[in-house]
Amino acid sequence: MAVTTYVEAIRQGIWEEMERDENVFVIGEDVGIYGGAFKVTDGMLEKFGELRVVDTPISESGIVGAAIGAALMGMRPVAEMQFADFISCGFDQITNFAAKCRYRWGAPVPIVIRGPSGGGVHGGPFHSQNPEMYFVHTPGLKVVCPSTAYDAKGLIKSAIRDNDPVLYFEHKFLYRRIKEELPSGDYTVPIGKAIIRREGADISVITYGAMVYIAMDAAKELEKEGIGLEVLDLRSLVPYDREAVLETAKKTSKVILLHEDTRIGGFAGELAALISEEAFEYLDGPIRRITAPDTPVPYSPPLEEFFLPKVSDVIRVARELYAY
Amino acid sequence: MNVKTVNSPPLAQAQRSDVPPAETQIRILYYMKLTRELEDRIERKLYRQGKVLGGVYVGRGQEAIAVGSCIDLRTDDVVCPSHRDMGAYLIKGMDLRTILAQYMGRKTGPTKGKDANLHMGSLSHNLIAFISMLGDSVPVAAGIGLSFKMRGQDRVVICPFGDGATSRGDWHEGVNMASVFKCPVVYLCNNNQYAYSTPLERQMAVENVADRASAYGIPGEIVDGNDVLAVWAASRRAIERARAGDGPTLIECKTFRMTGHSAHDKADYVPSELFELWEERCPILRLERDLVKSGIMTASAIEEMQRQIIADIDEAVRIAEQDPYPEPEDCLRGVYEE
Repeated sequence: MAVTTYVEAIRQGIWEEMERDENVFVIGEDVGIYGGAFKVTDGMLEKFGELRVVDTPISESGIVGAAIGAALMGMRPVAEMQFADFISCGFDQITNFAAKCRYRWGAPVPIVIRGPSGGGVHGGPFHSQNPEMYFVHTPGLKVVCPSTAYDAKGLIKSAIRDNDPVLYFEHKFLYRRIKEELPSGDYTVPIGKAIIRREGADISVITYGAMVYIAMDAAKELEKEGIGLEVLDLRSLVPYDREAVLETAKKTSKVILLHEDTRIGGFAGELAALISEEAFEYLDGPIRRITAPDTPVPYSPPLEEFFLPKVSDVIRVARELYAY
Repeated sequence: MNVKTVNSPPLAQAQRSDVPPAETQIRILYYMKLTRELEDRIERKLYRQGKVLGGVYVGRGQEAIAVGSCIDLRTDDVVCPSHRDMGAYLIKGMDLRTILAQYMGRKTGPTKGKDANLHMGSLSHNLIAFISMLGDSVPVAAGIGLSFKMRGQDRVVICPFGDGATSRGDWHEGVNMASVFKCPVVYLCNNNQYAYSTPLERQMAVENVADRASAYGIPGEIVDGNDVLAVWAASRRAIERARAGDGPTLIECKTFRMTGHSAHDKADYVPSELFELWEERCPILRLERDLVKSGIMTASAIEEMQRQIIADIDEAVRIAEQDPYPEPEDCLRGVYEE
């Protein structure tokens, strides 16, 4: 058992998969000699060589396209978008080529596209985005958003072994801020399974990614007031764990949906609709959303702080809902 | 760096120092005629009968490009055909009934009714399905070639596209990446001079698509796309180069689109004299004349070939028309691994 950071957990997961399966390779900008902008692929070039750790030109569409081509030939590429924001440049290849191959002609495209996402690091409008919903809305893709080191490793392994294209959004705020002891052996975290991070009787907070920690911190504060928050970490957005969502909603009857992504068209909308359709009679209050506002992610500290959902937001909304 | 840009006039007399064996020439004629007859049947009959719905895109007058480039491919070589490359499917062994079922939206087609036209692929045939976003196959082909390098395989991939596709960013990213990595890819441009209604001079400010090769440090070669033996010879050189590990080649086949963009398009934006001019350059008639002149085939043998092709298509249409449509609920299947 060793204490492992979130970023190291991702690196270990890819590394072990490359050792396990020679078809696995990494491709992206600065992933080789530099070891990746966030060092996720550090040391891989030396270990696995330049045929399996492929430094590319600045070509996100080219990277995704090449990954698709290799995958169609039976390889298992792990493509890195240097920042998740840049995935927009590869959007067409992901949503039209990769996502539709299996449906159209039965061809599996087992690619993983990793993207460091999220704000809180003063990255500004083009190094802070949460682009998951573009892909959640594209049938044929899977989308995962790990929040812990354990899940980061287990989900990257599941993503690599999956026979469909998986978008793996790793939250860059968490890279070196969280760590935990990981099991020494091989393990995976199944795609599509949520996990209760904290049990509580009064209000469910359904969230994912870095917002899990906002919810947990709020829960600690609210506990002092006698308000019990249950925190459900979705871990995967496509497919997502409908049963776990409905179960917690039915249990507490009051639901807060929390995400760092912006509001309109955010994942909270889907969750609210599901709960309304399937658990309406269990609800004792309105479903509440806590999200970023519908703006780009701003740079300056007071602006970014305003933009990101905060512990105080969760506490405020939870108190309102508790009193409802 | 090996940069060679050939600025020969588009219809220069082909060098005949490098010609395929007689048997290959006969196969080339067969696949060009089969392409023409099959696409005529689809566009001029089945579409007009309402048996093929939606849009229909054919490669009339451009048959030499897919056939000349693919005729000598190995079974394990890959093609990423574009929407005017029927010949690639036929040479790679996809049967007529399966192709017709695709056009008619039947369950027996390669996409089981999920997609139309030449938007079909088959991994067992090493055929990669085209998508409507032009040029998207170009980086995909680079990745296919990259996988061959990773595995130490001497396979190659042919990636055809139209002149219009070369305006897209994906085209640039793909050719650049394949060139940087020296991937075993043959990039093959069907320059039929129109992208839907947009003529070449509104598509690019260079005279030739092949001129662009110098920007990637790869050879660019221009051939008469209506001279199938010239296409064959240029492709052979590019395939050998790719197989030897020397990287991609950009071949530009100068030709002409003898139809509208699709079956509904009358193409009245094209000066009619251009159709007349290029009709005389029909690649099939040209090869037929050559084969008769060189004594490889007799006129009656060509007629017999034609009869057999039509009989085969008749039979395939008969079967495909009886093939079942997908069940409505099949809409829900196959999005993810099941």
